[in-house]
Amino acid sequence: MLTQFVQQLANGVVLGAMYALIALGYTMVYGIIQLINFAHGEIFMIGAFGAFTVYRYILPDGTSLWIALPLMLLGGMIAAVAVAVAMERFAYRPLRNAPRLAPLITAIGVSIALQEAVRLYYPDARSKLAFPQLITGSPIPIGFGASVDRASVVVVLVSVICMVALTLFVRRSRMGRAMQATAQDPDTARLMGINIDRVIVMSFLLGAALAAVAGMAQGLYLGQIDFRMGFIAGLKAFTAAVLGGIGNIQGAVVGGFALGIVEVMAVQYIPGQFGGGAWKDVWAFALLILVLVFRPQGLLGERVADRA
Amino acid sequence: MRRRSVVKGGALLVVGALALAACGTRADETGSGSGGDQKVVKIGVIAPLTGNLSAIGLGIRNSVDLAIRQANEQNAIPGWKIELRAEDDQATPQVGQQAASTLADDTAVAGVVGTYNSSVAQNVMPVLDKASIVQVSPGNTGPALTMGEDLDNPKRPYHNYFRTCTTDAIQGPFGARYVYNTLGIKKIATINDKKTYGVGLVAQFTKEFKALGGEVVSEQTINPDDTDYSSVIAKVAAAKPDLLYYGGEYPQAGPLSRQMKARGLNVALMGGDGIVDPKYIELGGDTSVGDFGTSVGAPVESLDSAKAFVEAYDKAGFSESYSAYGAYAFDAANAIINGLKVSLKDATEINKDVREATIQAVQNISFEGTSGHVAFDEFGDNTTKILTVYKVDGDKWAPAHTDTFK
Repeated sequence: MLTQFVQQLANGVVLGAMYALIALGYTMVYGIIQLINFAHGEIFMIGAFGAFTVYRYILPDGTSLWIALPLMLLGGMIAAVAVAVAMERFAYRPLRNAPRLAPLITAIGVSIALQEAVRLYYPDARSKLAFPQLITGSPIPIGFGASVDRASVVVVLVSVICMVALTLFVRRSRMGRAMQATAQDPDTARLMGINIDRVIVMSFLLGAALAAVAGMAQGLYLGQIDFRMGFIAGLKAFTAAVLGGIGNIQGAVVGGFALGIVEVMAVQYIPGQFGGGAWKDVWAFALLILVLVFRPQGLLGERVADRA
Repeated sequence: MRRRSVVKGGALLVVGALALAACGTRADETGSGSGGDQKVVKIGVIAPLTGNLSAIGLGIRNSVDLAIRQANEQNAIPGWKIELRAEDDQATPQVGQQAASTLADDTAVAGVVGTYNSSVAQNVMPVLDKASIVQVSPGNTGPALTMGEDLDNPKRPYHNYFRTCTTDAIQGPFGARYVYNTLGIKKIATINDKKTYGVGLVAQFTKEFKALGGEVVSEQTINPDDTDYSSVIAKVAAAKPDLLYYGGEYPQAGPLSRQMKARGLNVALMGGDGIVDPKYIELGGDTSVGDFGTSVGAPVESLDSAKAFVEAYDKAGFSESYSAYGAYAFDAANAIINGLKVSLKDATEINKDVREATIQAVQNISFEGTSGHVAFDEFGDNTTKILTVYKVDGDKWAPAHTDTFK
């Protein structure tokens, strides 16, 4: 009984770490320009394809794991960041002062365009692609009879490092403080000499880099990527961001883990017709509805809710 | 501005008129296609000629084409020349329905080979039935198409529908017998993807496996959109099965196999024809070696009766391979041609009576086909029920066991 609980908790944490990484991108962009960037899921997908491209076309066969992983991650990040920055420059910036619905619809359009571009122009991308099995070996025991596979250890470690680094960056660095200031009040921030455009680009850039990490993590952990992977992942991450309180960086992390754990526990503990893997999304979204009804600001609340 | 819109409107009108005119001429042409000294009878094909499944669809079309060419060379139906009319269904029920309507409107069509997808067949069957056109499918494995929704009280929905392949209702029990009798495994778990095909396959497998005396220790489901199966795997692993039976298709089954082995559930995965695809091995990775899949029919390369087909196909110079269902399509086309030999003997034109006679003739055919003996039972299913268990061996599916289901 306990074994099952610990095992599922471990599964939930790995899933949650990936949701949290993507959710951070949603929440940062929302915090600064109040745009729900529905194309963020596609940035995650492009990060995964970037990493895959490095492995498939650039690395020679038999490259050591310790060289391959960082290079693939770098490739994924470059692809994701390039697309995200271009997307901000050409799709969202011209609409900066338009009614809020316009950028939202644009985001959906960008999302479809990116998906279709990958489907049409990336070789063999019409069906799922097998991501290389780089991290192999037997599962590692974690106590209570439960065990986790090696890829998931890497995924969780890298995610936690990224989250800590992001928090430090936002709190300590000059750019991070400029981001906070812009989130609180863009007009005053501009009067104080902050270059708003740079701050916005920075938020897209950071979000894309984290999404690329998540994309590669998903490839390693689940062994497959496809051009549609961003849709569901983006939807889940958006849910996680709202769950934690959109605009709140800690909230995205808490929301991501909460969502991941609820999903796996629903599979484990809900019996009968409405239990099992096919219903886990229903319970995840039911949780979202409950939170929105009883605590509309999200679990941790929106830190910048008192904006003018 | 205003003038431009007038020009635009005018252009639209012209284009529309041209399109209508084009439709008109085409319809006329098909109506008067039976000129010359030889009358023309057409065999239609409805298959996915574009998209994900086009490899299978094109294999079907080419195999029918080959059967027709051979029949014409031998002058199989004196006084009549057989022509092929292939329509794309894009593996989509609505598109398939339109294709069926198009063929039904063509007065020269007396038979249709198709479809590949059972879901498309559901929309095609009523249209062809209304026009009394015989339909022989090379690839529909859904049991309901011939037996109706209630398999315990089978009732044939359409008298014009036949198929040369075997159904899922046979595939599940066939797999269960292999697992219980040949592999000697008595304890299994099942997972299905909640789609018609997966649920049906698992239900048929479970029924037979329990009847044999086996135990099903865990019954789980996944969502076809899911990519992370860790939580379901953890639940299955806790029940300690010796084999996992999966009802669904390779895009989910491949990653499922890979993930369950990475998470420490080191048992073989078995599935139906939905997972027997090279892509399964690619997605499943190295650890998919030893997994099983059942499929209808015998591997074409292994059949003596198929050698002539494979040779003729290669010689005919098609640019696509005959694929998994080519032999069945070839047999399906020959079933129709054999039926036409009877029904067209004294006919001067193709009308509803001739089409009905063709259906009756196909019901009564019996010949040695490429995939085995071809004859239809009272439901329209092939009486020869040959199936094969395949096993992942290295980077390909190797046939492990071929047998006739009784």
